[in-house]
Amino acid sequence: MALATTEAAAPVRAYDPNARMSAGLWLKTNLFSSVWQTLLTLVVAAVVIRVLWFVLDWGVVNAVFYTTDPDVCRAATGACWAVIVEKHRPMLFGLYPYDQHWRLVLVMVIYLSTVVLSLWPRCWNLRFLVPLWIFAVGSIGILMFGGVFGLRYVPTSEWGGLPLTMLLFTGTVLIGMPIAVLLALGRRAPLPVARGVSVVFIESLRGVPLITILFVAVNVFPLFLPAGVEVNKLLRITVGIAIFFACYQAEVIRGGLQAIPRGQYEAATSLSLTYWQTTTRIILPQALRISLPAITNHIIAAMKNTSFVIIIGLFDILTATTAVMQDPLWRKFYVEAYLFVAAVYLFFGYALSRYARQVEKWIAAGRI
Amino acid sequence: MTQTAPTPPLAAQTATAAEPVIQMKNVSKWYGQFQVLHEVSLDVAKGERVVVCGPSGSGKSTLIRCINRLEVHQSGDIFVNGLEMTDNVKNIDKIRRNIGMVFQNFNLFPHLTVLENLTLGPMLTRQMKKSAAEELAMHFLRKVRIPEQAQKYPLQLSGGQQQRVAIARSLCMEPEIMLFDEPTSALDPEMIKEVLDTMIELAESGMTMIVVTHEMGFARTVADQVVFMAEGRKIEAAPPEEFFGNPREERTRAFLDQILKH
Repeated sequence: MALATTEAAAPVRAYDPNARMSAGLWLKTNLFSSVWQTLLTLVVAAVVIRVLWFVLDWGVVNAVFYTTDPDVCRAATGACWAVIVEKHRPMLFGLYPYDQHWRLVLVMVIYLSTVVLSLWPRCWNLRFLVPLWIFAVGSIGILMFGGVFGLRYVPTSEWGGLPLTMLLFTGTVLIGMPIAVLLALGRRAPLPVARGVSVVFIESLRGVPLITILFVAVNVFPLFLPAGVEVNKLLRITVGIAIFFACYQAEVIRGGLQAIPRGQYEAATSLSLTYWQTTTRIILPQALRISLPAITNHIIAAMKNTSFVIIIGLFDILTATTAVMQDPLWRKFYVEAYLFVAAVYLFFGYALSRYARQVEKWIAAGRI
Repeated sequence: MTQTAPTPPLAAQTATAAEPVIQMKNVSKWYGQFQVLHEVSLDVAKGERVVVCGPSGSGKSTLIRCINRLEVHQSGDIFVNGLEMTDNVKNIDKIRRNIGMVFQNFNLFPHLTVLENLTLGPMLTRQMKKSAAEELAMHFLRKVRIPEQAQKYPLQLSGGQQQRVAIARSLCMEPEIMLFDEPTSALDPEMIKEVLDTMIELAESGMTMIVVTHEMGFARTVADQVVFMAEGRKIEAAPPEEFFGNPREERTRAFLDQILKH
């Protein structure tokens, strides 16, 4: 009905896809088309201007960008970004021995280059990726632990900051994704045993808070180990987060699996493909493409869940910042410090979501 | 996984009345309480072309899907090349390797290119080298007259082209028997002919074929035997001249009247 009336009222004009609206017309149609629209535009504009004004006034005009004297900051009415300059090393690197921080810088460089290369389709070649990861894991291990080549030994209890966050996150995804895929497949498997195990596993772990799982991993799990056997706390907690991640991710992947038409299975069967050939070559590639947006969602959530390591006294970037801000000289400026941490999370979170968008485009273009 | 000696794919083979390659004896199947197949028996000789027709829901698709065990029959016997279709996984695998299947909805793998769709089976189940598999795939793409589409993805092709790719994909497994489950039912009318032409060429090359279809023109020109099914029963089976010219059963006549009227 609405369509019909507008059609009748609108003057007939040839449609030109390249025509550009004049600025005035654009403003009128989009911002000031009616009294209410005009009012809304003005209110929103007022709020935006007020917020921007504050951000500029507090964050730039009256802010202190560099000083080693907290009193200078205290005298200023704006933000004290100097706190970040002053404290960035303990915030970024936690309890790791101060004079060994160069090792962590190197770790971050190796880590980030490895990840960036691995995400780039032109490098998707096992003959390149396998040696790359062996080198990365080996060199990061040596740099983090030390104890060889004249490097001082640093136990995992002293690891911290951004490298810890990144290692936990990467560990979670690398351990969690295969488990998630197996759980999702298990839930739809022809074998009742596999189905039962997967359902119980997913439902029971999804039903409890992450903190409970971590508590079990840290405090309860060791009770079941024979005397003398010890599993590293950091490893236990990584596996704990990974399993929690896997249970959610499994359900996302199952959604993708359910979207695959039965005909795909039948075609594979009629080509005599085995269950695993069908699964790895036909079903999973399609299911993972379908569920990619939701998978990305959980991966980003997993990055932030790493901050739960606080419960075993490890200092990831967030906990390290909290600890650093106990310094009575600078504690007044915790907001700036947390804004910095937020910016770091935002940077990686946004990079991940941009990358996922790009992958979706590649898929749509048939490139992967 | 033994490999049978390679047979020339489209070598001319003539129909003989020797030992049937497919033997179905009193095959019955139920979905829950509902019986879809009532003691259906069917023999297909090597090189024979059988067309199965009948109203929808008559069990014709189910019948041919039992031959490569996409459906499991509950009573009666099915033999393919003398091998009995039982729960024996090895037998099922051997039987399936000899049977190609073409589906109503093509069921191409949308994430793989046309060429990859064709080489996947030979590489995974027949352990062919990539280069040999690609050569084989191109051979069959030329047979179905779309070698230029090899690098495209299935959804970039028309329905008729997709179905021809699906036929080529089955042929890459070099089967002795081809099953067609309403291969033209999902196609726009102008694309039906190109698929039927491909099937006619295949029939002329001597392939053993069972085709479920409503294309009576195809049945007339190609079939050695036309089978009519209704309500899960095989009502009548006869050579096409007899089937179309002088059907014995009332049900068959009623069906033919309806389908041939327009």
